[in-house]
Formats: sequence, C-alpha cells, structure tokens
Amino acid sequence: MPTAPAPAFADAVASDRSLRRFLHGLPGVDTVGLEARAASLGTRSIKTTAKAYAIDLAISMIDLTTLEGADTAGKVRALGAKAVHPDPTDRTTPRTAAVCVYPDMVATAKEAVAGSDVKVASVATAFPAGRAALEVKLGDVREAVAAGADEIDMVIDRGAFLAGHYLKVYEEIVAVKEASGAARLKVIFETGELSTYDNIRRASWLGMMAGADFIKTSTGKVGVNATPANTLLMLEAVRDFRTQTGIQIGVKPAGGIRSTKDALKFLVLVNETAGSDWLDNHWFRFGASSLLNDLLMQRQKLSTGRYSGPDYVTVD
Amino acid sequence: MTFEYAPAPESRSVVDIAPSYGLFIDGEFAEAADGKVFKTISPATEEVLSEVAQAGEADVDRAVKAARKAFEKWSALPGSERAKYLFRIARIIQERSRELAVLETLDNGKPIRETRDADLPLVAAHFFYYAGWADKLDHAGYGPNPEPLGVAGQVIPWNFPLLMLAWKIAPALATGNTVVLKPAETTPLSALFFADICRQAGLPKGVVNILPGYGDTGAALTAHPDVNKVAFTGSTAVGKAIARQVAGTDKKVTLELGGKGANIVFDDAPIDQAVEGIVTGIFFNQGQVCCAGSRLLVQESIQDELLDSLKRRLSTLRLGDPLDKNTDIGAINSAEQLARITALAETGEAEGAERWSPQCELPSTGYWFAPTLFTNVTQAHTIARDEIFGPVLSVLSFRTPEEAVAKANNTQYGLSAGIWTEKGSRILAVANKLRAGVVWANTFNKFDPTSPFGGYKESGFGREGGRHGLEAYLAPSSEASVK
Amino acid sequence: MSTVERLTVFKTYKLYVGGKFPRSESGRVYEVKKATSAAGAAGKANWLANAPLSSRKDARDAVVAARKAQAGWAGATAYNRGQVLYRVAEMLEGRRDQFVREVADAEGISKSKAAAQVDAAIDRWVWYAGWTDKIAQVVGGANPVAGPYFNLSTPEPTGVVAVLAPQKSSFLGLVSVIAPVIATGNTAVVIASEERPLPALSLGEVLATSDVPGGVVNILSGRTSEIATPLAAHQDVNAIDLTGADGDADLARDLEIAAADNLKRVRRPQAVDTDWTTDPGTDRLTSFLETKTVWHPTGSLGATGSAY
Repeated sequence: MPTAPAPAFADAVASDRSLRRFLHGLPGVDTVGLEARAASLGTRSIKTTAKAYAIDLAISMIDLTTLEGADTAGKVRALGAKAVHPDPTDRTTPRTAAVCVYPDMVATAKEAVAGSDVKVASVATAFPAGRAALEVKLGDVREAVAAGADEIDMVIDRGAFLAGHYLKVYEEIVAVKEASGAARLKVIFETGELSTYDNIRRASWLGMMAGADFIKTSTGKVGVNATPANTLLMLEAVRDFRTQTGIQIGVKPAGGIRSTKDALKFLVLVNETAGSDWLDNHWFRFGASSLLNDLLMQRQKLSTGRYSGPDYVTVD
Repeated sequence: MTFEYAPAPESRSVVDIAPSYGLFIDGEFAEAADGKVFKTISPATEEVLSEVAQAGEADVDRAVKAARKAFEKWSALPGSERAKYLFRIARIIQERSRELAVLETLDNGKPIRETRDADLPLVAAHFFYYAGWADKLDHAGYGPNPEPLGVAGQVIPWNFPLLMLAWKIAPALATGNTVVLKPAETTPLSALFFADICRQAGLPKGVVNILPGYGDTGAALTAHPDVNKVAFTGSTAVGKAIARQVAGTDKKVTLELGGKGANIVFDDAPIDQAVEGIVTGIFFNQGQVCCAGSRLLVQESIQDELLDSLKRRLSTLRLGDPLDKNTDIGAINSAEQLARITALAETGEAEGAERWSPQCELPSTGYWFAPTLFTNVTQAHTIARDEIFGPVLSVLSFRTPEEAVAKANNTQYGLSAGIWTEKGSRILAVANKLRAGVVWANTFNKFDPTSPFGGYKESGFGREGGRHGLEAYLAPSSEASVK
Repeated sequence: MSTVERLTVFKTYKLYVGGKFPRSESGRVYEVKKATSAAGAAGKANWLANAPLSSRKDARDAVVAARKAQAGWAGATAYNRGQVLYRVAEMLEGRRDQFVREVADAEGISKSKAAAQVDAAIDRWVWYAGWTDKIAQVVGGANPVAGPYFNLSTPEPTGVVAVLAPQKSSFLGLVSVIAPVIATGNTAVVIASEERPLPALSLGEVLATSDVPGGVVNILSGRTSEIATPLAAHQDVNAIDLTGADGDADLARDLEIAAADNLKRVRRPQAVDTDWTTDPGTDRLTSFLETKTVWHPTGSLGATGSAY
C-alpha cells in the first residue's frame, strides 16, 4: 500500500531545497531551556498508587530487546517467554509490548510469543549503522516482514542527514514504509549522532512526514542513547504534528533506561508533554532489556512491602 | 486511563516551630517592650504557626544601640575573620536546608519544590559569595581600604523571606556593618530561625538583630537617627516614603521595588522554551515576584499558536498543598494580597480584557488564586500598567521590534525584561534599548549571587549581588579623603 | 585732540537650551555683580551683566530639550563622546582669556588664580574625555554565574540629569559636575551658580561650537531654588545632583523629598568649601549610571551527547 505524504507537506517535500527550507523553518531549540525543563519534570515524585500504575504501564510499554551478535535461538525463546510472563510468580503482571530482535530471529520470536498479544519487532535497514545500499536495506525489511515481524525498527542514514541530503533520507523512509507493508514502522534517528537538538527536531518532522508510525531515539549501540531531554523534544514533535495534521505518532526512547526511577521520569515526560493519549503501549515504548527486571523488583516491593533482590527475577 | 500523581508530601517533622518567638536583640530573644505579639499563619491552611513578638519604637532603639555597640568590634575584625563567620553561616544553612525549606513553605505558602530547589540553594550561595569578599574589599574597585557605613537598617518583603534576608545581611556583614533587620509581618519565622543559625555560628552578639513587626516597625527602623544605611525591598509606594524620610540625612539608601516586566517573544523564538520561560516568568512563586514577566508581548504572527501552547501548558500546572513535592502553584501569601490580586483581575475584566484560567480546583481553606491569563490587553489597561504581584499574565501583541521595545519601556518601572528570539543581533539590539536592570534573553527568572540585580526608574536604585552589591555598604576610606 | 576711551561692546548673556540661546521666556533678568574680594572694591562699578532670570517654564523647556537629545547622545559611540568632550577642551583653550576674566570677576579672585581655575577646568574636560570609553570596563563585566549562562553587566546612562552647579566655584566646579554627567551619555539641565552665572552661560557658547549635540547640555541662570524645585519634581527627570544646594540644607532636603516622587537618583550636596582641584575619581561618573545585566543560555556543544 503506497504511502503519500500528508497533503499538508506536499510542497515541503517537492525538492531537497524546499525540504531544507521547511525543516530549517521549524522553531529552534534552546539547549539549556530544554534540558532544564526535562530536569524539572524529573523532580516529580511518583508514590504509592501512582507508582503502581506507572510500573505496570512501563512494563507494558517495553520492547524487550536483544540485539547481540551472540544471540541464539534459545536466548530469543527465553526472551519471548519472559515477555509473555514477565513475573512467573505473579500472573497479574502485564506483558511487555513486544520483543525486539534481528531479522533472522523473527521467526523464532514469533513462535515464542505465539498465542499472546506480544508483538515481534525487528530491526532492519542494516542496523545499527544503516550503511548499505537501499536495495540491501529493503531486502532486510522484506525478510523480516516475511518472517512475521509486526513492527520494523529502521535506522536513518545519518551521513545523508548530516550532509543535508534530507530528501534522500525522506525517500528512503518512504521506501521502507512501503516495504514494511502492514508492519508498524519505527524510525531510529540515532540522536547521539545528530549532534544538536535542532537536528533532532528536524529529523523528527522528517520521519513523521515520511510516514513513520513511531519515532525512536537510538539503537542502543552508541555512547549516549535515550535521554530525558531528547525524548522530551520528540514528544513535543509528535504533539505538534498531531495538532497540525491530526495524525498521532508514537515515540520510543531506547538504550540506557535501566531503572524504574528512570522509566517513571520518562512517563512523567509523556504525561506532561504529549498528554495522556500517549500513555498506552500503542503510542509509547521503551527499548530496553535490563529495565524489566528492575521494574519487576519494584513491583514486588509494592505488593509485598519488602525489597526484592536479583535472585527473585529471571536473568536474561 | 490517566496518570494521577498520588500525594507526595514533604515531611513536616523536619521542622520544629515553637509556639512563640521573641525579638532577637543583642544575641538574646526577648519580648517586645510593650509586650505586643502577633500571629503568623500558614497561608495554605490558615493554621496558626506561632505567635511572634512585635517590635515597637523602644525595641528598635534597643536593637540599633546593640548593633552600634557591636559595630565597633565587628568592623575592626580582620576581613578574613568576618569571612569565616559568613562561611560558617553558609554551611549551617546548607546543613539545615531541608528544615528551612519546609519552614519557608509553611510560613509563605510557596511550593516546597521552589524553596528546596531555588530559595535555599540561593541563600547558601549568597552567604558563600559574600563571605569571600570580606577580606578582599581593597580589590573591589571602591578605592583602597573602603570602610563600612555602620548600622544597617534593613526591611525585607514576604515573597522570598530568607533569600531577601541573605541578599541584605550577607553583603552588610562582609563589609563590616552590623544589622537590624525587619522581616515581613506575614513571614517572620525563617528570619527568627536565622537568628538561631547566628547563635550556632557563634556570631558576636548584636551583629545581627531581628525585629519582627509591621510597617510601623519598619518605618521606626529606617527613621532611627543612628541608622547609617537603609536597605529596603518591597513596594514602590513604601520605597518612595522611605526616600522622602531619609531626605536631608546622611543615610545611604538602596531600594529594590516593584516591576511590570515585559517578556517579549519574537516569531523566531525557540517556542517550547519560550512557553516555559513565560510560565516561569509569571507563575514562579505565584507571580509574587518583583521581576515577574507579567506582561507578555508576543509578535502578532505567532500569537494564536503561542497562546494555544501556553494554555495547554497552563493546564498541566498543579495547584495545591505547597508541601507536596509535585505542586507547581502554592498559596497566595495573605488574605490581603489575595484581595489585591482579585480586585485587579476584576478590573481587567471590567476594562474589557478577556480572562482565561485552566480548569483548576482551589482548596477550600487558605488563600488561592488560579493561574490567570488576560488577552486583548492594551497599554491603556490597568492590568498592563499596575503591578499585580500575583499569578496573572497580561498578553499584548506587537508587529515590529521597535513597537515591542516602545511598549516594553512604556512603564514607570524598569526592573526586568525577557527577549525570546533565535537571532543573536536582535537580542543584543533589543537588550540595549530596554530600560531594565535585568534582561533575560532566551531564559527568565535566573538569579545568582554574582549577578547584580536591581532596577531602573521607579523600580528603585542600587544593585544587590556581585561586586556591585558591595557598594551599598561601603564608604571611601576616610583617611584617603582627609589629605 | 583728546582721545576718547573706546566704549566696549557688552555681551547679552543668554540661556543655552536645545542648542539655541534663548532669553528667559519670562522676559526677566537679574543683575549680576562682581564678587567683592576681601580687599574690597567698594565704590567701583560692580555691575557685570543682566542675566536671564529663568522661570519654571524655562526649566520645563530645558527638560524637553534634554530628553529629546538623550537617546542620540547615549547611542553615540563612547569613542565619539570622548572626541566631543576633548573638542570642548580644545575650544576652551582658545577662549581661555575670556574665561579667566569672567572667573576672576565672578569669584573675586586674581587673574592668576582664575587662570589656574580655568586651566584645571580645561584639563578636567580632557580627564573625562578619556573616561568615556573606559568606564564600562571598570564598572561592568562578566559575572561568573553558577550555571550554563553568559552573564554580562554593563553601565548605562540614567537619562536626564538635573544638575545644581556649585555656588562658589563658578567654572571649575561647574565643569566638574557637568562633564561626568554627559561623559557617560546622560543629558543635563544645569542650573548655574545663582550669583556667579556668567562663566556658565559663556560655557554654553563653547559647547555650541564643540560638536556637543544641541540639548545634551542645557544651562539656566536664575534663582537656584526657583528653578530646582520644578526640576526636582519633574517626572521626566531621572536624577538630580544637589551639589549647588550646598549652602542650604532646607532646600537640599526639600528637593530630595520632591525627587522621591519618581525615585530620582539623588546626589546629595557636598561640603561648601569643596576643593575642586583634587582628583575627581570616578565617583561622579558612577552616580548617574544604571547597571544592566543580561543573561543568555550557553549550553554545550555536544548537546545530544555525541562524542564529537
């Protein structure tokens, strides 16, 4: 099913020049102000009932991820099982949103989560560097989709983006979207490589205009991945995009979110920036692995009143 | 499903408020000579917190005498020794900062988030900063061997009780003056706790004297013939009265008074940060801030978009229990102040401006005012001219930078202003034309002990903070001028 | 044939307002006499001139002129203001003899003492000419705030300053109070010494030919209290220098009280017998300056945490 840009942006994507003009016409971002706002929201104190709600919500938003060269079918099966039953001792624990694997592990993952509503997401497009010919990238996507992936996590061509070849990046996303078919497309910017917040805002709009279903911070493979500030900025972008077009887009911070405390801060960002419409795993995800165990330990603490320990959650 | 934050109150148990407090004179707590007392209440609950002695003229005289007596030794101390007392005080404030933050929130009504993250860190930093000056005054640019003035009579407001105390006392002591300070009648407690900090620091008796009381206590203090220096922060009306009162005397005066700050947003502003800056500018401390950005001047081409964003943002502000760590908007400081804000807002409506507030439930006891925004405001409206000193923002629009500057400067005040634009040359050009003592570009309501603060025009004179803040408490060396 | 002593041409002394030389709008004048030194010159003709006796309307007009000139003068580069002040010194040097005579007559001192006063006054213009582009560096600067902000304090002129020139020192004192006010970009409405106004009125003629824009300095003669009272209460005057109220504590107090109505910056009078030849320092420069502090975020280069 071919995707066309939202009509509002037909002029903007007419040429490299018009696209540059559009993206550079977006409001600037003041670094200090953005980071101060993110830090300020980070001081929210989430206690008792709010904490219980937020922990379950966070668990349900996790794309439980393994993206290692050393991944085995056994590890992926274990991950799938954990996604379906994160805490075997407490069946009230929500499932995670998805498991996230390399394309060659999609089939295995599908089997592991079969019968549940846990989705399988596959990274693609020569993840994580994105340095391959377009045909190779599209082949990567088609393989994952054919194997049953519900969601595709693509990486943008940062080299092209930083060189100002916005139309190239745009067209590649459009092509990947088309190759993804019914699978929901998450577009990874690798914010840690984009250098400025202005670039993150531009990349966010570029991705949304090209048909992304989600915009995602990072691969988890570079030094700095999801931060409160870059996620706040992307939440502003999806909020503004919906105001302008009526189209709602999801956000996925990925990499570096390890503790319950961190996750709750991100949920506060969602709540007070994009709003409660995004407090749902259809619209917000955490790309994470070790985060789940910390959430589970905190959940056990809330339900039992005593602190849990690593022996009471499963290793990955 | 919505994400409701459960109550997260800061514990009150960290602070122990006595049922009554005396005046702090010559190192001792004492009753007022005439035995008068007054009650201080928590504006969030109207609960009586304590009963405080009310200083009269006789007490003022006694305190000034104590300060005069202490001046001799205090001013003769080597600067390095005075510095160490101030460093001690700074450290003790840091140690007791949670206690003081809770106390301030109780007595003032402002959110614990602000007292914890803004007031108290700035208080400690201010003492640290001026402590370091005490033995370096020869290098401050006021000539060799500058001298203290003597006894400083200081009158402070209720909006930042402990911070204003720090702004007054730290430079006064660093330069070798002694102090008689009158805290505001609605917020006397943190100053009285500060007296205890002076005790813990071993500060010589009489160097700092604290006299709670009303306006008449302040007037008696500033009028006292043996006061050499008057420092006042508060309303422009009282500031003018003080300026008349000290006319013809040798008293040195600094006044930090009202404001009607313009926050100017150009069409190329970093919009999301500008929205935050507007919110910080007018809703920080419920807008009870002399340098508040109480007039929003927005460029016509982005007015609708900006107002939509602003309204959406205001809807997320959390009003309620000031001790709750998630509260953004606390209580108005007093019934009197609430009445003034209410009356001015009603004037705004009566004069035809359009009033808007987010959905916001106000607690049934205490003094509360919902964040309020007025659109369709012109320069001629009362709410565009009078200082409201509350969470009320007047929105005006402009087309050209010239018009923005003309409107921003069209006020009797000149304390603060804000500029939001991504164009560097425009920031510099506009900042240059604004008649205001503090200009925040792409930020707002930032304070630092090294940064001089004070107004143009009827916002007062003199600067507090930085090297500039020393001037108010120093005279040129008398030996140098004798020749 | 007897030689008739040539009859000299008297000068009509006029005010200096907005770069022009008007008479008082009131049409009034008052008699200015030679100061009688201790030695006394009893019996000699003491009349010097009829000086304009300025009214409150003259004061008002002078404020309008000063306000009109203020933005332009403050907006001139500090270098340019320095050149203009230096030009005043140059022009004075050329008219030195005239001022020596006027000062000697005004103050009842010898020509040589008067010459010392005039020389010092010329040098004072040079002193302040040099200050125009230095004072900002001395009293302003960067403030090391504890956060990611650039923070800079700069001095700015207060605006329109009413100046009561000293009553005794008719020229050195006069220059010593005018030059620091305008050096920093203020404009001035000056009330000349009541009994010794002629050097001040002549100074207007020098200023008019020294590239000082019209309205930057406005000079009024007359009764100090009559002119100062409306100036002290004037809502469009930003500051007042009460130096010339030195001998009259009641007047000084009343003016300070009136000045409080719009919170004028007030410089109180100093001792009557001030020695104007001493090093003036920067005190008078800074009396009529405001400090403006501008903040701007700085942030960091690696804003998104990139390793570059």
